[in-house]
Formats: sequence, structure tokens, C-alpha cells
Amino acid sequence: MELLLNLIIYLPLLSIVGVLLVKSDEAVKWVSFLATSLTFLLSVPIMLNFDIANSAIPQFVTEGSPILAGMDIKYLVGLDGLSLLLFMLTTLMGPIVILSSWTSVKKSPKGYFSMLLLLQTASLGAFAALDLIVFYVFFELSLIPMYFLIGIWGGANRIPATIKFFIYTLVGSLIMLVALIYLGFHAGAASGVFNFTADWRFISSPEYTIGLVEQTYMFLAFALAFCIKVPLFPFHTWLPYAHTEAPTAGSVVLAAIMLKLGTYGLLRVTMPIFPNAFMEFAPWIAVLAVIGIIYGALVAMVQKDVKKLVAYSSVSHLGFVVLGIFAFNDIAVQGAIIQMVNHGLSTGALFLIVGMIYDRRHTRMISDFGGIAKSVPVLAVFFLITTLASIGLPGLNGFIGEFFILLGSFNSDLYGNTTYAVIAALGVILAAVYMLWMYQRVMFGPLVTDDNKNMLDLNAREIGLLVPLVFFMIWIGIRPVDFTQYSEGWVENFLTESENKSISVLENSSFDDMPEWTAKIYGLTDQTKESQIVLKD
Amino acid sequence: MESPTALVSLIIGLPLLGFLVNGILGLRSESFRAKKSFIGVFASLCVFIPFLASLYLFISFAAGSDALIATLFQWIEVGSLNVDIAYRIDELSLIMALVVTGVGSLIHVYSIGYMAHDPSYWRFFAYLNLFIFAMLNLVLGNNLLLLFLGWEGVGLCSYLLIGFWYSDMAKSDAAKKAFLYNRVGDFAFLIAMFMIFDVVGSLDFDTILGGLELFTGDQIFWVGLLLLIGATGKSAQFPLFVWLPDAMAGPTSVSALIHAATMVTSGIYLITRMSPMFVMSPEVMLFIAVLGGLTAIIAATVAITQNDIKGVLAYSTVSQLGFMFLAMGSGAFTAALFHVITHAFFKACLFLGSGSVIHTMEHAKHKLHDAGKDVDFDPQDIRNMGGLKKYMPSTYKTFLIATITIAGIPPLAGFFSKDEILMHAVNMGMGEVASALYFILWGVAVITAFLTAFYMFRLTFTTFHGSFKLPELFPEAKGAETYLHESPKTMTIPLWTLAVLSIVGGFIGLPNFVAKTFMGPGGDINWLAHWLSPIASDITLTLSIPVEWGLMIFSILVAVGGAYTAYRMYGHNQQVESDEKLSNTFGGFYDVWKEKYGLDELYEGVVVHPIVKFSDKVLAVFDMKVVDGFVNAVAGFVRLAGSLLRYIQTGIASSYALYFVLGVILILSMLLF
Repeated sequence: MELLLNLIIYLPLLSIVGVLLVKSDEAVKWVSFLATSLTFLLSVPIMLNFDIANSAIPQFVTEGSPILAGMDIKYLVGLDGLSLLLFMLTTLMGPIVILSSWTSVKKSPKGYFSMLLLLQTASLGAFAALDLIVFYVFFELSLIPMYFLIGIWGGANRIPATIKFFIYTLVGSLIMLVALIYLGFHAGAASGVFNFTADWRFISSPEYTIGLVEQTYMFLAFALAFCIKVPLFPFHTWLPYAHTEAPTAGSVVLAAIMLKLGTYGLLRVTMPIFPNAFMEFAPWIAVLAVIGIIYGALVAMVQKDVKKLVAYSSVSHLGFVVLGIFAFNDIAVQGAIIQMVNHGLSTGALFLIVGMIYDRRHTRMISDFGGIAKSVPVLAVFFLITTLASIGLPGLNGFIGEFFILLGSFNSDLYGNTTYAVIAALGVILAAVYMLWMYQRVMFGPLVTDDNKNMLDLNAREIGLLVPLVFFMIWIGIRPVDFTQYSEGWVENFLTESENKSISVLENSSFDDMPEWTAKIYGLTDQTKESQIVLKD
Repeated sequence: MESPTALVSLIIGLPLLGFLVNGILGLRSESFRAKKSFIGVFASLCVFIPFLASLYLFISFAAGSDALIATLFQWIEVGSLNVDIAYRIDELSLIMALVVTGVGSLIHVYSIGYMAHDPSYWRFFAYLNLFIFAMLNLVLGNNLLLLFLGWEGVGLCSYLLIGFWYSDMAKSDAAKKAFLYNRVGDFAFLIAMFMIFDVVGSLDFDTILGGLELFTGDQIFWVGLLLLIGATGKSAQFPLFVWLPDAMAGPTSVSALIHAATMVTSGIYLITRMSPMFVMSPEVMLFIAVLGGLTAIIAATVAITQNDIKGVLAYSTVSQLGFMFLAMGSGAFTAALFHVITHAFFKACLFLGSGSVIHTMEHAKHKLHDAGKDVDFDPQDIRNMGGLKKYMPSTYKTFLIATITIAGIPPLAGFFSKDEILMHAVNMGMGEVASALYFILWGVAVITAFLTAFYMFRLTFTTFHGSFKLPELFPEAKGAETYLHESPKTMTIPLWTLAVLSIVGGFIGLPNFVAKTFMGPGGDINWLAHWLSPIASDITLTLSIPVEWGLMIFSILVAVGGAYTAYRMYGHNQQVESDEKLSNTFGGFYDVWKEKYGLDELYEGVVVHPIVKFSDKVLAVFDMKVVDGFVNAVAGFVRLAGSLLRYIQTGIASSYALYFVLGVILILSMLLF
């Protein structure tokens, strides 16, 4: 199984060799498709063999030896309850993304499909990595193919968009890198064995704690990087540019997989490692999340370009995920995890559908359409189901995630206030407004122009790539238990451990030599240590 | 009785199967779409068999025994939230299931004829089956979340069916409007569920209603209020009712099924289901009653000014739903449900009758068109009708029966249910909480009852009596009457069935005081009250028998008065003049009614338009200029700094040496001091 996991991660990368060797464009596509399909098929036994009862513990672990003497930086991959579903989502999206580009890529397909394959390995590696340096490498590696995908195969204004996307996320990552290096040395010192360690299993464990001052700095650095990636309001402005210029496959991977690296990082790194800072800043970040939910929805509502509308809807939807993460209770965090998957499925499908429409009409302006439900009835059905999943109709996946997140946030001790959930729930109304309005203007009304009348309905390939997504939208909607069970143990374990850790940090902090601002942030002024700890309970 | 899992699966599963078969095959196969008789019959069977199964359950269910729970599978398990896909068979859910599948079957059969010429026949029946599936989840679900699934599901079907002819932008607007106004209510519903879960840790009805003592008074108030807001959206109450009249854009059988008989009564079902909680908060009860009373009178006043046959029925539906809310607010949950049932019969009959009329008017229009006479008239405008009773006797007779029923003339069904509501309002007027207000509400209800009889007879007279106006108004339409015809059997049989039910339906809830008068204090002839007593937390009627007799006679007089006024004004072929007379008499009021109180314009102007404009002109610009502008400014600053710093990169080795020495000095000084 360990070997299999590695094979899954590197198979897309290895198949690039095949892509470069074969001659015809047709063969390039088939090699890519077969490689990603095989990746997906191989990942199924991983899911089936996953020990749900021990989902808090990484499984199928491959551990290399440290690459430098005294420095515990090593190849370390495995899957646990947090990463499993996202890993599976990535393998599922692989062949779908390849299929979606079957006919639309004219410019050097070799390069294009190589980039998609590289992106696949980078994403899989990032989700499987358990050494934070390895995580960082994969995290950054994913930027490069995306940079080229947008920069070479993108729309008319692709250059500024790709530069903005690249620099913006890179700035965040570099700040994270600084914090990561500090963390590594700090943890190394605490381990007593190494000078430096980036082994997540140790860093997240109860034995290792970090003082409040360092936690605050490092939390802010990591959180900034992840929030840019998510993107959380107000760090979101790179997203609409990137999405409007990216080719369909790029948008799909960006929305379905890459944005999740941000929310995933928040749960993987910030919660278990910096629990005090996490809990202390939670209400503030939640404010940004709630603003993002409403703001993203309102801005989405008035977009004239379908793709931009979907991009802003992502800002709104990922606001829900962040809200759930920082609510810090089992229902909300479980909701956040399943909502990451949901967003991947439904927004991924939305971008695919927008791409299919674009392929036919070479425009994405809402006003160019109208009434096309008549000319493309099958597309209309898939579009409708996806739209309904996206606006959280019960019975489909989106509702499950939103409901868990809102319910959990409503009762969150960290927020201590139902207002967050109540305002966020307004986003549910707004989602219906912008999605149905868009759907209506594109699909309904009189069918006037010849271009719209002559639109061809979906072909077998296009139906084939949407069916699995819809299948999972329905499955998660009516049997979420089948999916949430994977993360249950992980969430329960790390919520408890993080809370305990935060208490032990408080117990072991000496408040006398703490800077005044730290005491202030953590509410320790004029209070005795004991009463604080009681409060934290 | 054993757990009815198999039967319940059948009841829930068949409509879903019907949807999947007709939906998927219809989408994929041209030849399947042509098999119209299969599609229609199969879809109808998928509702009729569940009706038979519900009937069987109903007969074998002993009143007062525990609810039967059929758990199909686990739905959600996350943290302490545990929800099953489980259905509940009890007195209330059985009644609702019977109404939904019973009236549903009739309307399916009717649609076979009504939609016969529509190219999207398959799609229509697929949606209709999906609706029945969702509605059954709503009424049979054993927990609030499953109810909510049905609640949103019926909303979706309503959206799809209102916008069934989506090529017409106005129709798809109406569909979207319905969905969005409902979402406002759903938002409140969601918050109510969060609060309930916070207190009792479950969403199962038994746990919630068994744990009412865990709620504080404030919590009861807020949960009640939020659920009420939820119900206000779905059941088209003031101030959210404006979507319902627009919803008439859908095919008429949809209006009958969804927007009259079943879906719009979901709010009443919800509140009745939760009635033990609602009665704990007199404030919320008062809110319900006031909303109901307001809705009833507002809609009734609009109804008397409308000339669209379906428009009158739509406002009438809103008004009748208001009656049901008034009943619940007066603690008469049984009476509300009684009215749900009788209303399902007579209003479905009226809508289907109007469909029959529209069907023939449209037919006439097509025939005129075929004959080369392009007459542009509205086939739904009653001013173009008149005298139709001669051409469509079954439609006329059934429509008349339903009109007498809704007007509240005994012994037809509507009389008993409406009378019970009025009595309960008076009963509350005698009570301790806000008695004066309840008395006013009773007065409002009486006026509404008068208006109801008036506008319904106005509708019947102008449509069916007098002379056929179309040829009089449009000279080219001369001879149009030869195209008028009675509708086919698939349409008239459901009409007659519903008409008969409208006549006899009231006997399930005969007033007990009549029995008491003749049989002494033990007299009990109200079967429905008996049946529902384990569920509906009714506030007991404490009026004396003579008062009840007096009220009953009074309400008969009111109904007859309304009908007689209509006869005087419209019974002698005088449609248009009478409308003018109405408008002159009421002046400004009439304009307000005709303009539907301007609520649509108000919402558009005060809420929708400003938000869209703000988002477009302020937020979208803010996003590009300010949020993104800041990002660009940071980038610009870095670039500026870089362009300045590059002057240091002179390429002259000696100056680099100088920097180096300076650096060493700096570091040394930092280390030393």
C-alpha cells in the first residue's frame, strides 16, 4: 500500500515521459488520459483499505531518511482522515480534466498535457506530504504548471493575470517559508534529537508546544499564506483574473484542487500547531469569512461574464469553509472538510460547463445567451443540477456542507455569538439569487440568435466527464455518512488535542516576561493565570 | 401494526421512480417522448398506487396509537447530529399523504388531457412526479431536516413548473421570484433548526416535542417566530405572498396541485406539527393570527378587482391560506387542517375548471387563427368570456359547486371548515390574551368571508352566465362560439370527483355543538377533531351552544349576502359596468386593490434594486479599484523601491568594496555595543 501511494503520486509525473516520447497529438491525449485514469483506479484500493477507526493517525506512510545530518528533513508521505478525501478528489478530477481539454487545445498539446500531469503530481504530493518541507515543495511546485497553463494557454489578458496570480501567492508562500524555517529549528530544539525538524507528526503532537509570542508570529505568517491561497476576503483579487484568463482545465484544477490547499493548510498546520493563536484569532478571521460570503455573493451577482461570476462565487463558498474551520467544533470542521470536496465537485463542474459553452460560442458574456435550454437540453440539465448543488439544495452535496458549517458555527464556543452564522446564512439566499439569475439569463427566455439556435448539445465525452461529478454530488447529498466517516476520528482527535495543547501552553507560559501585546491579545491582563485557564476551558 | 417500511418505501419510491424513468428516458430518447399515453399513465400510476398504499395505512392505523416510524437508512452522522431518512406514519401525516396522493392522482389524470398537445409532455410529468416525491418527504419526514428536504424540493419543483414554458422570460421571472421569496423564509427556517438543535440536540419531532421543557420562554418565542417566517414564505402569507399570484404563469394543473391544494399548505402542516410548541407562546400565536387576518383581507380585496380567471383564484388562494393561519393563531389547528383539506378539494376543482375554460378559449383562438382571423385576445380574461355554461356544462356545474363551497354556504364542505375558524377567533376574543385584537380579527374574517362569496360569484357569473362577449368585443371573432367545446373525459372526471368531494368533504368535521343541541353534552360528531387530537394542540372552544348557533347563522347570512350582491351586480350580463361602479364607489381604495397594494414595486424599489445597484456600482468597483488597487499599490511600491535600489548596482568593483567595508563596520558595531 505504501508503494501504491507513491506510485499514485508519481504516475502522472512519470507519464510525462510518455507524453514527450509519442508523436501524434492524439497519442499525447491518450497517454495523459490513461495515466490519470490509472491513477484514479489505483487510488480506489487506498480508500477501501483506509482504517477509518484510526483516521487520526497517518496511514500508508513512507518515511525516508533525513537528507542532511542533524536536520530532520525527509521524504514523508501518508494519508490520514484530513487528507484522504481531498486526495481522492484530486485523483478523480485528473482524468476529468484531461478529457475536458480533448478538443479545445490547439497550441502545443504536449506542453499543455505535461503541465496538467505535473500539476496532478504536485497536488497529490501536497495532500500526502507529512513533512512540512516536503509539503512546501509540492505546494510551490503546483504554482509552476499553473503559471504556464494560464500564461501560455490562457485568454487575451493572460500575462498580467498570471503574473498577479504567481507573485501574489508566492509572496504569501515566502512569508510562510520564513515561518516554516523558524518552526523547524524551534521544533528541532524541542525534540532534543535534531537541530531542525519538519515532521508534522511530531510538530502536531501534544509533546511539542510553542510559546505564545512565537505562536502568534508563526500563525500569522502561515495563515496569511493560506488565506491568500483560499482566497479569503480581502486577499481574493487575483482569483477572478486568474479564472477569467485560465483555460477551462486550469480553472477546474484551480478551483477544485488548488484553492483547497489553502483551507487544507489551515487545518493541517495552523490548528494543531498554533492552537492558542488559532483560537484567539478565530473570531477575527471569521469576520473576514462572513464578509467574504456576503461580499463575494453580491459582487458575483452583478458580473457580466459567467466565468467571473463563478470565480466570485468561489470567494463566497470558500468563506463558508473558513468559517467552519475556525468555528472549532466537530460539526463545523467536518462540514468544512466535506465542503472542500463539495466545492471541488460543484465548482469544478460549473467551470467545465462554462468551458463547454465557451467552446461552442466563444463567448462567456451572459448577455450573448438566452433560451439555449432549447438547443442544448442535456447541457441544461447538468447545468441545473450543478447550480442546485452550488446553491445548497437539500439532497445534493452543497447543502450538507453548508448546513454542517452553519449549524456548527451557530453553536461555536469560539465565536460565542450566533451572529456569524446568521449573517453567513444570508449568503444562502444570495447564492440562489446570483446563480438562478445567471442560469435564467443564459438558459431561459426566447431563443433568438442563430449562434444560440445552432448550438450543439453535449457529446458522449462531455456527458461522460460530468456524470461522475453529478454522481458524487447526489451520493454526498443523500449519504454524507459514507464520506464524513473518514474525517470523523481525525477531527475529534485534533480538536481535543489542540484544545489541550492550548491549555498546557497557557499553563506553562510565564506571564511576567511576556510582551504586553501578547498578554493583551490573549486577554491575560489583570487576570491570574488560573482564572484564564478556567476561562479557556 | 408492524413497522411499515416496505409500504412507506413504495409510497415514497414510486413517484421518484416515475420521475427518473420519464425524466431520463425523455431526455435521451426521441421515440420515448412520442409515447405520450405511456408517459401519462405511468406517471399517474406512480401517484395512484401510493394513494392506495396510504389508504391502506390509514384504514389500519388505530387513532391514538403511537406513530409508526419507518427508518430507511442513516442520513447524517456528524458530531452529535444524527439524522435518519425516516418516515413517520401518524394521524397528521396520513391525512396529508392522502390529500397529496389523492388530489395528486386526480391532477395527474387531468394533465393527461390538459397537456396532451405540449411537446414537453414527458418533462411535465417527470416534474410532477418529482413534486409528489418531495411533498411526501415533507409530510412524512420524521425529523425537521427531512421535512426541510421536502420543503426545498417542492420549492424546486414549483420553480421548474412555474417556468415550464421557459422561453417566455416573464414566466421564468415568475419561477425565479417564487424560489427567491421562498428562500427568505427558508433562511428563517434554517436558523430555527439551529436554535432547536442547540437546545435539544436533535431534530427528530419526538425528541423536540418531548423536550419542550428544555426551552426558555425566549427560545420558544424565537423558534416559533422563525418557523412562522419560514411558513410565511412557503404558504404565501403577508408580506411574502407576492410570488404566488405570479406563480400562475405555470400550467393550470400545476396551479391546482402545487399552488392551491398541496405545497402552499406546507406552512400549515409545519405549524400544526409543531403546535405543542406554538401554543406555549401566546405572542407568536397572536402574530400568526394577525398575519393570517391581514393576508386574508388584503388578498380578498385584490381578488375583487382582478379580471384574469386564474388571477382571481390565485388571490383567493392567498386569502384562504390567510384564513388557515388565522385559525392556527386562534389555537384551532384542527380547523386549519380541516380547511386545508376542504380547500384542496374545492380550490383544485376551481383551478382545474379554470384550466378547462382556458383550454377551450385557447382552442377558439387557435381555430380563429387557422381561419385566417388573427384576433389578439387574452384567453384568461373573464371579460372575453360569458355564457360558457351552454358550451361546457360539466365544467360549469363543477365550478358552480366549488364556488358555493368556497363561499361558505351549507352544507357544502367549505362552510364547516370556515365556520369553525370564525368561531375559534371569537373564542379567543373571549380569552385573556389580546382579546380585543382577536375580536377585530374575527371582524376582518367576516368581511373577508363576504368578499370571498362576492368575488367567487362575480367570477362564476361573468365566466359562465350571460352572453359570450368575445364576438361582441372583437368583431373579427364572430362565430368563435362554434369552437367552444367541453373538455375531454380525462379532464371532466377529475372535475366531478373533486366536486363531489367538495360537497361531502365537510362531513369529516361536523360541528359538535349541533350534536350537543340534540344529543346532550356527550354529542361528538367531529371525526377530524377526534382523529387529530393526539397531535394538534387545540385551544378548547368554550363558547355556549346558543352563541355558536348565532355565529353559524350569522356566517351563513354573510355568505349568502356576498353571493347575492354579486348576483345583483354581475348576474345579469353586466360585467364591465359593474366593475366601473365598484371603482367609482371605492375610488382610491379600488386603485390600491387593483394595483395589489404596490407591494411588488415596493420590494423592487426598496430592496432589490438598491442592492443590485449598490453591488454593481459600489462593490464591484470597490473590488477592482480599492481592494485590488491596494494590492497593485503594494506591488508598485516594491517596483519603485527596486528601481531606486538598482542605482546601487553600479557594476564598479570599488564601490562594492566600500559597501562591504561599511557592512562589516555595522555588524561589528552591533556586536560590540
